[in-house]
Order: sequence, then structure tokens, then C-alpha cells
Amino acid sequence: MTRYVKYIAAAFLAIMLGAATAAEDPTRVAFVYVGPISDHGWTYQHDQGRLAVEAALGDDVVTTFVENVSEGPDAERVIRQLAATGQDVIFTTSFGFMNPTVKVSEQFPDVTFGHATGYKRTDNLTTFSSRFYEGRYVLGQIAGRMSESGIVGYVASFPIPEVVRGINAFMLGMQSINPDAQIKVVWVSSWFDPGKEGDAAKAMIDQGADVITQHTDSPAPLRVAEERGVYAFGQASDMIAYAPNAQLTAIIDDWSGYYVSQIEAVRAGTWESSDIWGGFNTGMVAMAPYTNMPDDVAAMAQATVDKISSGELHPFQGPLYNQEGELVVAEGETLDDGTLAGMNWYVKGIEDTLPSSN
Amino acid sequence: MRIDLEARGRPSVLMIWLSPVIAIVITLFVGGIMFSFMGLEPLNALYVYFVQPLTNAYQLQELVVKATPLILIGVGLSVCFLSNNWNIGAEGQFVMGGIAGSWVALTFHGMEGFWILPLMMIAGALGGLLWALLPAFFKARFNANEILTSLMLTYVALQILDYLVRGPLRDPDGFNFPESKLFSPSATMPLLTDGGRMHLGAVFAVISAIAIAILLWRTIKGFEVKVSGEAPRAARFAGFSEKGMVYFSLLLSGALAGLAGISEVAGPIGQLLPVISPGYGFTAIIVAFLGRLNPIGVIFAGLLLALTYIGGENAQILLQVPGDATGVFQGILLFFILACDTLIKYRVKITGFGGKPVAEGES
Repeated sequence: MTRYVKYIAAAFLAIMLGAATAAEDPTRVAFVYVGPISDHGWTYQHDQGRLAVEAALGDDVVTTFVENVSEGPDAERVIRQLAATGQDVIFTTSFGFMNPTVKVSEQFPDVTFGHATGYKRTDNLTTFSSRFYEGRYVLGQIAGRMSESGIVGYVASFPIPEVVRGINAFMLGMQSINPDAQIKVVWVSSWFDPGKEGDAAKAMIDQGADVITQHTDSPAPLRVAEERGVYAFGQASDMIAYAPNAQLTAIIDDWSGYYVSQIEAVRAGTWESSDIWGGFNTGMVAMAPYTNMPDDVAAMAQATVDKISSGELHPFQGPLYNQEGELVVAEGETLDDGTLAGMNWYVKGIEDTLPSSN
Repeated sequence: MRIDLEARGRPSVLMIWLSPVIAIVITLFVGGIMFSFMGLEPLNALYVYFVQPLTNAYQLQELVVKATPLILIGVGLSVCFLSNNWNIGAEGQFVMGGIAGSWVALTFHGMEGFWILPLMMIAGALGGLLWALLPAFFKARFNANEILTSLMLTYVALQILDYLVRGPLRDPDGFNFPESKLFSPSATMPLLTDGGRMHLGAVFAVISAIAIAILLWRTIKGFEVKVSGEAPRAARFAGFSEKGMVYFSLLLSGALAGLAGISEVAGPIGQLLPVISPGYGFTAIIVAFLGRLNPIGVIFAGLLLALTYIGGENAQILLQVPGDATGVFQGILLFFILACDTLIKYRVKITGFGGKPVAEGES
């Protein structure tokens, strides 16, 4: 009998000790990137987030990453390999990693997953994205003030909702200053192709655009703007080094706060799957310093940021019309997140047609 | 001073087979030096890169998953290259095969039936075959260079895929994101093991390699392929049709690339995406040469190239080696294979110390 009690006590002690050491183990966090960390755009900013996690949690975390992972079967293997080699938290940071992440998350219920920009969630897979469109509304207002020709060139990647939403928000911001403003859109069918992006910017400048903005990741359009003496906006990170005289500001994706809070929640045992869509108010979207513009334009931009941040202004508030002139959002209402998430139509005044509308 | 390459009378058969082995050894050596410059323990890094993936059952399966498309395409390309037809557009044929098969899968989406998958495979092979028919026709009819036409058609195929995934084949419930519906179970490749991703495509790869080996070594057609490549004039005297061989080799390799495409889409991917290949069609060119244009050799070469990918990921995860290391390894490997081949077929002769320069064009 005493022997039996001893066994129980020993087993109990072992479990307690095991749990105690487990709590002292560092949390292993892995990131899966679609591009190289040196892209100075999307992936670079996520990697800055990873470094912020290391800085904030010190010895409590060990991070690793895999870069240049193609969206497809390779992604599933990489994610699975990370899960199988003892990572506790895995962030996958491209839309195309969605289905592989879902699959692996089901096979590894004890690992915590986070997927950027997707819409599928499981008990151990959370999603997150940021309201870049808030920043684009501000860019639109700045362009409305700074453009003399009233024509803006927009270097766009793919006609997915996130990009269409950005174009619409930019247009609405610009129309709030100059109702007759025009946007020219060139789809380059790539997130990162400096050659094509630069050529698109050149073509639009030749057609009268005097402000260039982009939803692609390389600094090429800014360099073209710098050369040709027109204005431009940086993308994902502050690109002022590439265009000291052309960059007006940049939308900065700041994932640091999100990543740190997620890891802290995992360590505290309070983590749960959710859909986080953060804007100015969470710090996930921020503006680079306002440069190359008069003080009153900078002040206006900052005022808009504050208003959006406080909820006083929503970029998609009524009355809002679509390209056909139909009223989509009535006065006093704002577009709901569901519609924003699947946005596949243009607002009034954009002359482009969406490549994939059918 | 002038360096000449002088053909050796009869290259040693043994050396031709040893060439890839020597190349691999030199590649590992250079890779070790590269790792030590990066501040890593070279032997440990090479172990993580090339050995560790072989020590785990799941990763061994992944090796096969990754090698499957490379072998299927590489086997077809071997026939092509042996007959002196240069199909560089296997990537495009792969994509068109993926599209054609997916079209079948999506047309019968939600239906059940044993016939769906075979129909998809046939459609995939036909898709690749038809895409290879274009360069074959242009070469046979107009003598257009198939290297250029097949390569350019690759980019056309990629654009078609892009259009379809964003347009007609897009998942209507997918929030407008560019991807098709996930294929229904009847349209998905059966898995060979529980819990892994190794699928029926691996069986296709082995069967096709054996079938092509028999074709090359045991049939008149195979003899015709080799003669057309090595001695076109002799082939003409023998009454072999040059144009017939253009069609035969290109269509065969196109069909196999198309089969690889649909196997990949219906296998590990499970849906049509804007990008369905990380460049398998191009990597398979290295595979074909590394395998000595021999279908059985291609199986090993495919597995080796797959190992460079999977080891590259492993090294990134465990040692923080940059992802570009994979490309560097593949490049070094190809370089040394070509160098070894050249030195086995030719001897280096250094001539003309202080002599007068040799006239242009003479070499």
C-alpha cells in the first residue's frame, strides 16, 4: 500500500516537475515568408515583427523563419516540418499559405498557428490582417492636394479584394479633396517585379500622372518618380532612402505589437483563435514621416489619421456609389467588414475595369 | 596562349557514368567550403542538408512527392534530348496539363465516380501534348527553333492559367480570391500511405520511367530516337522520318509533362492556383542531364534534386541558412556535371605559347 502511494506521489511529482520545466522552456516561434527578408517591403516588415518578438521576450522565445517559400505544395511541407520539429507557434504570412496552414493546423492541434490575410480559421489557427485601406485613404487625400494634373498612377498587383479595397479607399480620399480626380491603374500581375513596376510607373507618368502610388512591394516605382520629378508613396515600409525628393509618406505595416501580444497570450495560456483586423487604432498601420509637402497638407493628413483612429471617420462611409452610379452605402452608414473583405467592385469615378470581373 | 578542347577518340563509358558522381562529390566539397565561410560547421551543415531528410519517414515521403513531377517530366525530356529535339517548354506543358485536368475536375465537381480521376489524367496528358504540338508543328513545318517557341509558349501558358484562376475557374465562394474550388475526393489523387502525401503520381513516375527504358532499349522506335540524335544523316539513310521524330519526341515529352501537371494539381495541391509549379519544368532539364538521359538514371537524379530542395528547407529551419542556398547548390551541381562531361569527352590542350594569334573563326 505504502509502495503504491509512493508510486503515485512520484508520478505526481514527475508531472509537476515536467510541467514546471515546460513553463520555463522558451516558446519556439517560426515564420514562413513568401519573399526574401531583404525585399524592403512585405516580408521585411514581418521579419521586423519577428525581431521585435525576440527583443520583447528575450530568452523566453526562440524564433526561426523560412523565406522564399512558394505558395503550393512546398508551403504545406515547410509548415508541417516546422510543426513536427517542435515549434510552438507558426505564423504564415501570405494569402496563398491559407489551405496548407489549415491542413497542418488540423494535424497538429497542440501547435498554435497564425495566418496573415486569409479567412479560414480553426481552433488553433487564428487570422490577422491590417486595415491598410485606412492609410490609403490618407494617401488619397494627400494626392488630392499635391497633384496638379489631378491624375494619379496606381501600380497594382492582383485584383484581389485587398488591392481593390485599397484603390477604392485611395479614390475616396482623393475625391474628398478633388471630386474630378482621376486614377489610372496598371496591373503588373506580381507582388514583386521591379522591372514591370518601374515600367508601369513610367507609362503612367507619360500619360500625365504626377503622383504615383503602388500596391506592389519593390521600391522601383519610387525610383522612377524620383528620376522623373513627380511624387510617390512608399509601400509597406518607409522607402524614403530610395526617393528622398519624391516620397510624400508611406504606409507602414507594423506587425510587432500583434506578434508580441500573440506570443504573450500563448505563454499565458489565454490565446484563442480570432480574426484580428487592425488599423491605425491598434498601431498595425502607421504613416511614415510626411515629407516633401507643405505643412498644412501634413497637418491635414495627420488630422485624418486621428479621425480614422478615433472612429470619427470611416473611409467607406455613405453616401457611397459604385462605378455604375448605384447607391451602395446610404448616408450615415458605413460599409460592413464582410463586404470589405470580399470587395470586388470599384467606387464611382474609377475608369478602370477589373480584370477578373465576370 | 590558347586553350583548346580536343575530342578524345572514345570517351570511357565508365567515366560517363562516374561523371555525375564526381560532380556530386565536388559539389559537396564546394558546398562545405561555402558553409564554413558562413560560419557553420561544414560537416554538420552538410549532414542537415543532405542526410537528415533521409532519416525520417515523413521526409522520405516528401522526397518522393517532390521528385514525382521531376521524374515524370525528366523521363520525357530524355527522349526529346536524345533525339536532338530541345523541348525547353516542359513548364508550359505541365501547366496546360494541370489546367486541362482541372477543367475536368471542376466540370464534374461534387460528383462521385471512379471514372473522374482517369478522365482527368487523360485530359492532363492531352493538355500537355497539345501544348507541345505547337512547337513540334512549327519546327516540322517551318523549321522554327523549338527552343524558342517552346520556351515562349511557357509564358503564354502561365498567363492562361492566371486568367482562368482569376476568371472562369475561380471559386465563387472564395471571396474573389484567385483560386479554384478544392477538388472533391473523387477528383483527388489517392494517397499511397496514411498520413503522408505520397500519391499515385509516384507510381506513374516509376511506370513511365520503366516504359520509356523499354522503349529506348528494346524497340526499333527507341533505336530510331538514338540514331536521329547521334547521326541524323544515318537516320535519313535508314529511312527514318525526321519530322516524324520531331512530333514523336515533343508530343511524348509534352504528354508526360501534362500528366505531371495534373498529378501535382490533383495531388498535393488539391485545387487550381495562380502558381502550380515552382519551376519543375526547368529543373527537370537538370534532372534529365544528371540522369544521363537514361530513364532509370532520371529516377535517381529526380530524387537527388528533390533532396536539394528539401535539405534547403531543413537547413533554413535548423541552421538559418538563407533560402538561396538551394539555388546555389543546384547551380554548382549543374556546373560541375557539365564541366566533368566536357573534360571526359575532350582533353584540354594548351597551345601556342607566344605563338601568333590564330585567326578568328578557326576553332
